[in-house]
Amino acid sequence: MTDRALSVVRAGALTTVQDLGRLGHAHLGVPRSGALDGPAAALVNRLVGNAPEAAVLETTLSGCTVRPRSAVTVAVGGAPCQVAVDGRPVAWGAPVHVPAGALLDVGAAISGVRSYVGVSGGVAVDPVLGSRSTDLLSGLGPPPLTDGAVLPLGPPARPHARVDVAPQPAPPAELVLRVTLGPRDDWFTPQSVRAFTAHPYRVSPASNRIGLRTEGPALERALPRELPSEGVVLGAVQVPPDGRPVVFLADHPTTGGYPVIAVVRAADLPAAAQAVPGTAVRFVAVGRR
Amino acid sequence: MRALPVGDEALLVEVSSGEEAQALHTELLRRRAEGSLSVREIVPAARTVLLDGLPDPARLAAELTASDEPPTPPRAREVVELPVRYDGPDLADVAAHWGVSAQEVARIHADTEFSVAFCGFAPGFGYLTGLPPHYDIPRRATPRTAVPAGAVALAGPYTGVYPRSSPGGWQLIGTTDAVLWDHTRVPAALLSPGTRVRFVPVGSP
Repeated sequence: MTDRALSVVRAGALTTVQDLGRLGHAHLGVPRSGALDGPAAALVNRLVGNAPEAAVLETTLSGCTVRPRSAVTVAVGGAPCQVAVDGRPVAWGAPVHVPAGALLDVGAAISGVRSYVGVSGGVAVDPVLGSRSTDLLSGLGPPPLTDGAVLPLGPPARPHARVDVAPQPAPPAELVLRVTLGPRDDWFTPQSVRAFTAHPYRVSPASNRIGLRTEGPALERALPRELPSEGVVLGAVQVPPDGRPVVFLADHPTTGGYPVIAVVRAADLPAAAQAVPGTAVRFVAVGRR
Repeated sequence: MRALPVGDEALLVEVSSGEEAQALHTELLRRRAEGSLSVREIVPAARTVLLDGLPDPARLAAELTASDEPPTPPRAREVVELPVRYDGPDLADVAAHWGVSAQEVARIHADTEFSVAFCGFAPGFGYLTGLPPHYDIPRRATPRTAVPAGAVALAGPYTGVYPRSSPGGWQLIGTTDAVLWDHTRVPAALLSPGTRVRFVPVGSP
């Protein structure tokens, strides 16, 4: 192995490698995957001089600690957290120089859920079907980080950005998700379709990269029969038999057998990735663009 | 044919049968190959085809539903032969459900030409149709926590082969050594929508 690599010292609760995702293979049952908070991943890549498709680390709640074997530039964004190099606090949301062998600690999220760690050169694990993303549903791509693992890095592409700090949206106190109803809203009672957009839900702790699960009023079906499996999109709000809406995130299955009452606007999904359990969720019906 | 909008950039086209869905899928692939259709994903399923990543879903919806022309039937493709040992733990239950012997289940299954209606559940898992409707079979009342890779299984109108070990509730009738999914191979999936499949018995029943 070359010296362009990261040693994983503390993997954290769940840290995965993510890029723009594995698009174009849904017909084979391959989830799209990719960073849940895409704008945050894009920003840390820009800050360290990477191309947009470079792979970054996505942490979950508890951060991670890595040791680069060569000098690198890193930037941490997404969920705000303390960042330290060899124990000294350094900037969050800005490019930071990390000398060879130094310890980079990405702390627990102060607010939000997922922090993103961009490293100059990008994480260069072997791509699978054109993507380096970890897909937790089907197990494609590299496994989640484990203590002691070593991740190769690519060659640095460009000099890092010259910024002191880059503004980023704060994690949502209340998650407002704009939805367009359908394709299967007619499978629910009219009262339930109204309840879906009128009553607040809460983010369930059972949420993960596959779906944002919610707690709130159960939606009742007007049609009790089974729906033959059909293709589902990112942001689809599927309603399983317990009646609680699930918003499909990047690792969602490509086909599903429960009716989709609505679809969340893609622009609202990054905020969903940062909503901690218990956050109030409002689904707001909007027209199609 | 109904075209239901899905969000801002997708369309769910609903047809009345699995055969029509396969024919529509073939037609949409043809249009994409000739350059008259711009779309990121074309996902066939039981009675629908999902188109995702469309620049103008409303226009395509109008175009698809205005045309009276039936889609071209699926083109004949090469038949993929899967060697199978009919040794599954649910063979006797399937035989009882069908009212035939276990050997007869194997004979009926191996005499059927299947085609991949759609994929899902796991990369490389194909939903194979071909058995007549009176052989439909319910899933197991209690799903298994681990079904081995290569298990040949039945559920509803479908036959499937588990590409890797996973939980599952299908009725297991046999085993194949064929590699259904290998991401280092091109193509990674042995079966894709439209592939014709035959099961070839090996070993003694």
